[in-house]
Amino acid sequence: MTSLIIVSVLAVAVLYLGLFKYKTALLPVSVTGLLAAAAMAAMDWDLEKMYFSEMMLFDNYAVAFSILLILTTLLIFGLSRNYFEKISNNVAEYYALMLFALAGGVVMVSFHNLAMLFIGIEILSISLYVLAGIRRKDPASNEASLKYFLMGAFATGFLLFGTALIYGATGSFNLAAIASSGAFESALFRAGVLLMMVGLSFKVSVAPFHTWTPDVYEGSPGLIAMFMATVVKTAGFAAFLRLFLMAFAEASAFWAITVAILCILTLFAGNITAVFQDRFKRLLAWSSVSHAGYLLLAILAVGFSASSAVLVYTIAYSLASVAAFGIMILVSRARGNDHLDSFNGLARTNPFLAFTLTLAVCSLAGIPLTAGFFGKFYVFKVALAQGYTWLVVLAVINAMIGIYYYFKVIIAMYMKENANAVAIQLNPGFRLVLSIVVFLIFLFGIFPGLIANIL
Amino acid sequence: MITVILLLFPVAASLFVLAFPPARAKYLALTCSVLELLLAAYAWINAASVGGYQFLVDIPWVSGLGIHFKVGMDGISLLMVLLTALLVPLILLATFRRDIRKPGVFYALILFMQAGLIGVFVSLDAFLFYIAWEAALIPIYFISALWGGENRIKATFKFLIYTITGSFFMLVGIIYLYLQTPGSHTFDITAFYALSLDYQQQVWVFLAFFIAFAIKMPVFPFHTWQPDTYAAAPTAGTMLLAAIMLKMGIYGVIRWILPVVPVAAVDWANVIMVLAIIGLVYASIIAFRQRDIKRVIAYSSIAHVGLIAAGLFTLNVQAMQGAMIQMLSHGINVLGLFFVVDILFDRTGTFDRAALGGVVHRAPVLAVCFMIVLLGSVALPLTNGFVGEFLLLSGLFRYNVIFAGVGGLTIIFSSVYMFRLYKDTMLGGANELTAGFSDIRGSEKALLLIVAALVIVIGVYPGPVLSLTENSVSLLLDQVNAKLMNFELLSDNLLP
Repeated sequence: MTSLIIVSVLAVAVLYLGLFKYKTALLPVSVTGLLAAAAMAAMDWDLEKMYFSEMMLFDNYAVAFSILLILTTLLIFGLSRNYFEKISNNVAEYYALMLFALAGGVVMVSFHNLAMLFIGIEILSISLYVLAGIRRKDPASNEASLKYFLMGAFATGFLLFGTALIYGATGSFNLAAIASSGAFESALFRAGVLLMMVGLSFKVSVAPFHTWTPDVYEGSPGLIAMFMATVVKTAGFAAFLRLFLMAFAEASAFWAITVAILCILTLFAGNITAVFQDRFKRLLAWSSVSHAGYLLLAILAVGFSASSAVLVYTIAYSLASVAAFGIMILVSRARGNDHLDSFNGLARTNPFLAFTLTLAVCSLAGIPLTAGFFGKFYVFKVALAQGYTWLVVLAVINAMIGIYYYFKVIIAMYMKENANAVAIQLNPGFRLVLSIVVFLIFLFGIFPGLIANIL
Repeated sequence: MITVILLLFPVAASLFVLAFPPARAKYLALTCSVLELLLAAYAWINAASVGGYQFLVDIPWVSGLGIHFKVGMDGISLLMVLLTALLVPLILLATFRRDIRKPGVFYALILFMQAGLIGVFVSLDAFLFYIAWEAALIPIYFISALWGGENRIKATFKFLIYTITGSFFMLVGIIYLYLQTPGSHTFDITAFYALSLDYQQQVWVFLAFFIAFAIKMPVFPFHTWQPDTYAAAPTAGTMLLAAIMLKMGIYGVIRWILPVVPVAAVDWANVIMVLAIIGLVYASIIAFRQRDIKRVIAYSSIAHVGLIAAGLFTLNVQAMQGAMIQMLSHGINVLGLFFVVDILFDRTGTFDRAALGGVVHRAPVLAVCFMIVLLGSVALPLTNGFVGEFLLLSGLFRYNVIFAGVGGLTIIFSSVYMFRLYKDTMLGGANELTAGFSDIRGSEKALLLIVAALVIVIGVYPGPVLSLTENSVSLLLDQVNAKLMNFELLSDNLLP
């Protein structure tokens, strides 16, 4: 809880720093604040405290995901030095909005009441609507913002409607009360569950509610897209799972088949479309859709191993995405665009970047000895344990399609030449963050026990 | 403990090699691989002649999920480890007189791949096995794709997609078996052996594993990646693939299919054997039609492996023992053959057998060594190939005479295309391409002499190799038969 307060106050403080033009202080203050927030969150471990008349519950689930969100934001801030300055003069707003979004994310992983879920999603989303369109003079950025806002507002409508129906069926917003209401058979309740599922599916870009994803990712600044792919997706899935685990678990026989169908649609839509992308950012956007599909597999397996699986998967996915988006930003800045051809010859000019990106996409593709493999393995395991063998087989087919497009960029970097390519300069922030990511991907890949037993 | 050292030493070596000055990397790599060979030999000397696992190490890895770092070797594993440890130094030696771009990375990848291969052969935990399985794949992909020849990107990409496809299915099979183990689940191989699955389950698990292994071997019709990849990969890569990596598939069948799902294996044996024998005949015919000498060897490799695959599913001791020794012999022979091809290409710049000829006048030592290796490959008595193919065919004969008859054609076929290959390249008059051919010397000579010596030594005195695996093979077959009996008893009881 303290961490949530710190993050919120930090966001306001950063705004004030911007107001008084202390630009150099922005990053140090944010980083210190985030570290403090992460530490405070860790102090709540095993305490299981309720806040605000049971509106929020800081159980281990909430703590683990809060820390993940905060640390991922920290990594993104590590990359952001000299990044936002190039885009606009109002740098403080970036940090403040990302911190507000993070606060929303923390609420989303710790809610114990549907009202808090809604508030968390809204805090997160509204910050993102602004962030997506923050390059005001760029039509693509405007398009991204507008698209995200319109679709997001629509999805919020579904979510609210669903909440209302659930309230109608059970008489409560409280997750525990809903779970013990026994109203699972009523049509009202079922409609509510489905409507909430639609609303949440939109937020985590599950097909067929994913159509905004590639355009919004492409139009937004690279770091914001990275933020969406990592923090927002993690928070969205943590909220999705938390809701279905704590409130709707008993009704799983009813919603499981819907989730299974969404899962298949998402996997195929994401992976097959990604094959045809020739821009890396769009490829990553589609791959992020496909990863939502793998995560849905874990949601099907309601139970404790499901939260562990989602945690492991999102850790692996966030790490790899930070590296992949980070290098995409560097390459597209140095070579003009993010077309896959821009990556040609990167292994010769920047062996470290090429290696890091290789590791990142291997992790996304689920190659062993990377964290991503263990994420996939774990997700497959929990889904198989629930008897979804056919679904896992379909997911495996998709993982193969994934190999195809992920290795395209490796082939570009190592096996295609670009005679005019010059080495890309890295600033220390990038070097540090990418090194940390490489280290962690290997660490969690070789010693998966470190993350597998947290929850 | 020695198993862990065998597994991790190549990893450490590959890191050393990366840190070493690239120009001298090959010497360090060779030294490390020779040390690894000595370690393997030390293990061989210290191995007791029992069938079970020795040198066991079992460390919890991911507690809570039942994943253990469990490694150990029985005779079969030890043979495969010896094969790997023996061939890797030879493969490194084969590159000594060639220009390699970025030698540091190249040798580091080879050593890392060796670790993956050893890992596959010593893992007694399915999770570890899977990791090692993939850890062997990624380096060879980069070796082939970065240092390969013409058409390398496309060919190796196909290889990658093919093999990963297989392994993902195997992963599903592994997790499925894991979930069938009692209690809090484990990936331990002994728990897998103790499972009693019903018929339907066995068949699905069998298929999931077999696809992975069949692609690796490769068994017809999963072989289409192989000739292109062999042709495109650099010689060292081709040797790694043909001499060692395809043994992963055969080993996988022995270790993870036969004792785990024996009923399905017996039930599907005929299908697999027919496929293997079709592949054998088919590959021989294609080998006969090839002009590219590298592809001739590649197809001949499919033919030989087809015979091994057919032998595995007979489930009798002869054929199994034959498969064991044939894995070793095939590794040695195919390495020698590919090296001869590499020498020919290095001197003349062509793989076209019609363009060559008359090398024997210029390079008598090469011609003699080539002949010895070739005789081993066509299974002449007193060469290593004979022992294996004889045992395989006699085992196959016990199982089914027709299979043995058609399978036996491999010896005739291979004589035809191999001798013709020899005639076209070595004999006849020299032409302008081969007129300036220089004989082998230095590391080339050392390598081919070692290979030729091994061909003859193992052919004349196969005893130690056969006795190494004997106990483990019979133990394995006992396990399989016990499970089969058990299954029959159970299904009898189920009948009304």
